Amino acid sequence: MSTDPRLPASFLQPGSSSFSDFLAAQAPDLLPGRRTVPQGNAADLAPHGTTIVAVTFPGGVLLAGDRRATMGNIIASRDIEKVFPTDEFSAAGIAGTAGLAIELVRLFQTELEHYEKIEGITLSLDGKANRLSTIIRGNLGMAMQGLAVVPLFAGYDHDRVGGRIFSYDVTGGRYEETGYHAVGSGSLFARGSLKKLYRADLSQDDAVTVALEALYDAADDDSATGGPDVTRRIFPIVHVITADGGQRLTQEVVGELAEQVVAGRMTRPGGPHAPLNPGRTEGGQA
Amino acid sequence: MSTPFYVSPEQLMKDRADFARKGIARGRSVVAVQYADGVLFASENPSQALHKVSEIYDRIAFAAVGRYNEFENLRIAGVRLADMRGYAYDRRDVTGRGLANAYAQTLGTIFSSGGEKPYEVEIFVAEIGAVAADDQIYRLTYDGQVADEHGYAVMGGAAEVVAAYLKDHYTEGSSLEQALRLAVAALGHTESEDRVIPAEDLEVAVLDRTRVQPRKFARLRPERLETVLGPREPSPATAEAPATAPATAPDGVPPAQPGGDEPPVAPPG
Repeated sequence: MSTDPRLPASFLQPGSSSFSDFLAAQAPDLLPGRRTVPQGNAADLAPHGTTIVAVTFPGGVLLAGDRRATMGNIIASRDIEKVFPTDEFSAAGIAGTAGLAIELVRLFQTELEHYEKIEGITLSLDGKANRLSTIIRGNLGMAMQGLAVVPLFAGYDHDRVGGRIFSYDVTGGRYEETGYHAVGSGSLFARGSLKKLYRADLSQDDAVTVALEALYDAADDDSATGGPDVTRRIFPIVHVITADGGQRLTQEVVGELAEQVVAGRMTRPGGPHAPLNPGRTEGGQA
Repeated sequence: MSTPFYVSPEQLMKDRADFARKGIARGRSVVAVQYADGVLFASENPSQALHKVSEIYDRIAFAAVGRYNEFENLRIAGVRLADMRGYAYDRRDVTGRGLANAYAQTLGTIFSSGGEKPYEVEIFVAEIGAVAADDQIYRLTYDGQVADEHGYAVMGGAAEVVAAYLKDHYTEGSSLEQALRLAVAALGHTESEDRVIPAEDLEVAVLDRTRVQPRKFARLRPERLETVLGPREPSPATAEAPATAPATAPDGVPPAQPGGDEPPVAPPG
């Protein structure tokens, strides 16, 4: 930053209401995508975040993430946070290179807030999802060297009245998901679990339980995903977004639900059974 | 070739100051009032889109009077400065003092440089702390002067009259409702009568430290204003007015009283 106490002339010029565009012109070194990384694969240099799940329910959407970061066979962190509110009505969970992902989320948060302050209105949910696309696309060079970041974005859409989920690929491709989705190393197992447990008429509490069951299943079969840590009392981060705004559930609330999930697994390690007869919709809850 | 006229620096600065002051006096007033949970801003502004009071950062707000395009430029520059600093360092490293300083340097340079016309604006930069004692209101004038305001502050058109009303009625540590009623009554106060400003014509915003979100700035919508302000009467015979209207009139108010000899002038727009 400059030492001149005056506002630089470029700050006073009318221009874009995008923070990353402004940063690209004023301080490109602060943009995550503008750095050049030497040749080679850097994937093993830094911790990786793992599994994120998202579940919609009537009236909203939630994002949940486990707390583990891994570096090869090492558990780099057992209490990392990978789900972040990006503004009042949206949140992003991140899988991939943890440090870069946190930086991208910070840029995205500032981008949304900056737009809101300059324009006086918030971006539409699709607008937010597209901005995130652009930011992820800017990281493509890094992704090709093993430093990929793959977010899961969820938000409440006031125009469509309901929660929506967007997934991304490393090239910035944006895909809207229906009902539920999961990303990260344990996402295959989480998605299988969600497929069996998800129903369109879940209550908010049941949706949280479904997300916790899915994370448990991911941790069950993926060594890079952490399960609920009942000894240290470290539980997944759950962020719930409804028409009234976003709110991170307290560790007490999540802990109680997670303990119920763990207790259910004591008698039935595979988790709740989905009904075999498709005519009966009621699935057993642990 | 004519020789350029000599203009003394004193005269030059005075002319520029008069020019800026005239521009600022044309607008309506903005009031900032400190209350127990933060700072409240109120202004008479019928436009729902062009704001005089806005958010800069988590705990920092901006209010301005004067030329819209000029203070809008300053506001956007402030948002850019704050967001860039918060992104490069940390959210806690964005301070109202730093922002006020940047504005002061910018306005001061523009005022004293011969090439540009001075900005016809006056600005408040307010920042709230963890407790009321840490709250700050900075007033910045067109020439880059900074003043620290305590309790309440007024700028714009009828600033003296409104400030006189606030001086008589302001109490420390009031609730949001009391602060709002005070600010709105002050804005409606003129030398001759107390007007009732319709809630739709009010722009009110607060920096409220009781908000759970990190961003403490919030606008109060007309519906909320209606419920807090309740029914108001147009005549000076309201609950608090009788004591004030006669009390303030004799002391210190310029002799532009009804029945004066001055020709009628257009009300400030």
